[in-house]
Amino acid sequence: MAKVIFSSELQLLTGEDHAMVSATNYRDLVAELLSRYENLSEGEIMKMAVAIDGVVIPDPLLESVSSSSEVHFLYRISGG
Amino acid sequence: MAKTHVTTSINGEATEFLCEPNETLLAVLRNELQLTGTKEGCGSGDCGACSVTMNGRLVCSCLVLGVEAEGAEIGTVEGISNKENLHVIQEKFLEHAALQCGICTPGLIVSTKALLEENPDPTEEEIRYYLAGNLCRCTGYDKIIRAVMDSAVVMRGDA
Amino acid sequence: MSEAREYKYIGQRTIRPDGFDKVTGRADFGADLSLPGMIWGKILRSPHAHARINKIDTSKAEAHPDVMAVVTHQDFPAVTAGGFAVGEGQVDFKDLSKNVLADDKVLYHGHPIAAIAAKTEAAAEAALSLIDVDFEVLKPVLDIAEAMKPDAPLLHADLFTQGLAEQPEKASNIASRMELKKGDIEAGFAAAEVIVERDFSTPTVHQGYIEPHATTVRYEADGQSMVWCSTQGHFDVRAIISTLLSMDLSKLKVIASEIGGGFGAKTTVYLEPVALMLSKKSGRPVKMAMTREEVFRASGPGSATRSRVKIGARKDGTITAMKAELNYAAGAFKGSPMAPGCMTAFTPYDVENMYVEGYDVVVNKPKAAAYRAPGAPQAEFAAEMVINELADELGIDPIEFRLQNAAKEGTQTIYGPKLKVVGLVECLEAAKNSPQYKQALAENQGRGLASGFWFNIGGQSSVVINMKPDGTGTIIEGSPDIGGSRASMQMMAAEELGIDISRLTPVVADTEHIAYSATTGGSRTTFATGMAVIEAAQDVVRQLKERAAAVWNVTAEQVEWEDGVATNVASGEKLSATEICQSAEKTGGQVSGRANINARGAGPSFAVHLCDVEVDKETGKTDVVRYTAIQDAGKAIHPSYVEGQYQGGAAQGIGWALNEEYIYSEDGVMENAGFLDYRIPLSSDLPMIETVIVEVPNSFHPFGVRGVGETGIIPPLAAVATAVSDAIGVHMGDLPCSPPKVLKAIQDAS
Repeated sequence: MAKVIFSSELQLLTGEDHAMVSATNYRDLVAELLSRYENLSEGEIMKMAVAIDGVVIPDPLLESVSSSSEVHFLYRISGG
Repeated sequence: MAKTHVTTSINGEATEFLCEPNETLLAVLRNELQLTGTKEGCGSGDCGACSVTMNGRLVCSCLVLGVEAEGAEIGTVEGISNKENLHVIQEKFLEHAALQCGICTPGLIVSTKALLEENPDPTEEEIRYYLAGNLCRCTGYDKIIRAVMDSAVVMRGDA
Repeated sequence: MSEAREYKYIGQRTIRPDGFDKVTGRADFGADLSLPGMIWGKILRSPHAHARINKIDTSKAEAHPDVMAVVTHQDFPAVTAGGFAVGEGQVDFKDLSKNVLADDKVLYHGHPIAAIAAKTEAAAEAALSLIDVDFEVLKPVLDIAEAMKPDAPLLHADLFTQGLAEQPEKASNIASRMELKKGDIEAGFAAAEVIVERDFSTPTVHQGYIEPHATTVRYEADGQSMVWCSTQGHFDVRAIISTLLSMDLSKLKVIASEIGGGFGAKTTVYLEPVALMLSKKSGRPVKMAMTREEVFRASGPGSATRSRVKIGARKDGTITAMKAELNYAAGAFKGSPMAPGCMTAFTPYDVENMYVEGYDVVVNKPKAAAYRAPGAPQAEFAAEMVINELADELGIDPIEFRLQNAAKEGTQTIYGPKLKVVGLVECLEAAKNSPQYKQALAENQGRGLASGFWFNIGGQSSVVINMKPDGTGTIIEGSPDIGGSRASMQMMAAEELGIDISRLTPVVADTEHIAYSATTGGSRTTFATGMAVIEAAQDVVRQLKERAAAVWNVTAEQVEWEDGVATNVASGEKLSATEICQSAEKTGGQVSGRANINARGAGPSFAVHLCDVEVDKETGKTDVVRYTAIQDAGKAIHPSYVEGQYQGGAAQGIGWALNEEYIYSEDGVMENAGFLDYRIPLSSDLPMIETVIVEVPNSFHPFGVRGVGETGIIPPLAAVATAVSDAIGVHMGDLPCSPPKVLKAIQDAS
């Protein structure tokens, strides 16, 4: 199962610092998280960037997630 | 206010224009004559982006009135190269990558030409103080100074 | 990527393709476009830092014969849309709309209130005095600590702190709180044998681009309106205007002029929607350009900060705990770069226990804009100062101390993922081996060293390469070129196509001629748009091979491509790119390559800077006498422009450390709104800036590119302040280290 690590912002909504999720792609993973945490909204997740196994993906959708993957939601960096 | 008729020479070309008595030479160049190579960065003589020569003397055109150009010889960045080739200073700025955004470049090229006409063999320190009136926010000046030193070598015929 | 690949163009110091126009004055910047029938717009700005607007009376102005249009906030449609990622982060459209023209309150001195268009600039300026505004003046709050107090004057009655465990009931100037944790911070400090804790402050600063904001627009009621402006991202300007003015994207064409510096502050809009509204009301094209004073008072600034950093280590030099509280002034509206500040502060270190808390605070100053590695210079300044002091207390060389604790591949960051391959250790080794580090200091001199980290980003880029019948090509991209990126696009395409750079013309197209491309920012352009250029070039090569195959009546697999020439593997026949393009009409029409990507895998760039200063102890004036900037580029496509980014970042950071600051009167008026008094570094202020390009390739880019634009402004703050502290023997934690402040520190110490 993929390990999802929540940022402090998301922890306020999930009440946990991480979750183990069984999903093979990003979309299914988000669907699973939304069904698991009622305070979590899709808008909240869309606001953030995601890193799957250390690679920051600006606008993910169908990226594959493996059973050993680490998934981080993080603040979306823009720069100057 | 009636406009004033001014007869002048710009880059060696006889030029006439009408301007308000309080209009700057910079505004005349840019808005009346469409010579937009001369840039405005501050309007207060602090940044040098509007550097031009007036009767051979380096000035900030934002601090000169259009009417003061009467009978004068004005030199702008548009007159630096001849029709076929870039001036050595322009070539050296490109070779040394002495510009990033390029907004300060026209002023710096005009100032550099004035410097090297006054002092063909300046030290690094002399260059740094002469060009202290030309602000550049992108480069940290390093490559500009090198381009000027290299231009001086070529213009003296040492190279 | 192929390590052994030998490059023909990459790594050369070519002449930039836009160079001729830039040195002859032909390049057209924001203020350089005039249109037939064009009139001028000017803005009436608030004379108060904080006031309620009871009434705006524009009737006298409207009646004046010179005036052709007047607009206020009331002319804009109500904005309900939410956020949008641009510049330093999320832009709130409602806030942006109120920043462009104030609604019921003015929140800083210089806040736009109304705009007038008239036949000449002078007439528009003169007519501003005909607008009557009835203000109820309120007490301003300028300092972060003051603004955070519960009884502080409130800027927004509807601003409630985000990021708290419980929803607050009272409005506050604290817009949001962020907390990042790693390990057990208490246990970390318990394990420490030496602890250093310090307070720091940095002032409001300006990006200081030499070109003021400027735009020329033409509104078309039935057709497509045109906006010409100096921007880092014309596609995002289009998106912002379409939201603020409720216009369809298809009714707007935005053209990015040449841009005279931006450094993050040209990622948003100030004049453009106002000018378009003036054009709509007057039926004429409108030009607007800020004065330098307006640029200072109402655009840009980089956030002021107040922070506290505490770091503990064992005597053997192992850091056990790092803790920070970072408070950022957002200016009039929420959205300082507090979050990236929190994320970057300690990232150069591989330490088990970390805790960072950040606050985004509104104050009566102009809304902060992104500024080169937004948020990071302020945060890493505080962290690096404490690192240097701790190294000193431990009696360990500051480079060795950093090497011992350096972040590397696999280091768990505080903000999320583990780091991939990064080049911090290589930068530190280069610093250790630099001539400057081996040079002894003279009397009254001091030395400082600091490291810096910035993420870099990827994102969307679109590129089309059109081959012409003579075998030359045009590279059409959508990323405004702010420092020479067209040169690197040309080189990357030439490398991939195998044809000479002189045969390729890069063009930054307007929003109608290329698909969406994200704003130039986040050090993304050479990385992300470069990836799109490479992919589009590969698309061209694939097609050229197919065309050659068609000529030879073989399959494309039987054709090889090298140095711009197709070879028929079976027969040995050859066809050059030029020959294939010359007969393109016979093989299916002209050849165009294309790539539309959303680039991922941006590689962080680490830097280490070394600064030697000499302080005049009688005047407090500091001279930088030697400076070395070392940074990991991944791969330098054009080394001269990479060095230029390092040198420019260093110079900007030196200015921030030594001189630059907004000086405010008690009633919130900036007192130094000009280049004479807001002193950015002059050529006579700086030495040559030595550079070392470290190349630890980013495996996600075909040539190994990381971004290089931003990291270079991070280390100078602590490198310079540490050097000054070292020279005078007094800790300098409040920037800038300006002569009066340094002199006072010397006098207080003696």
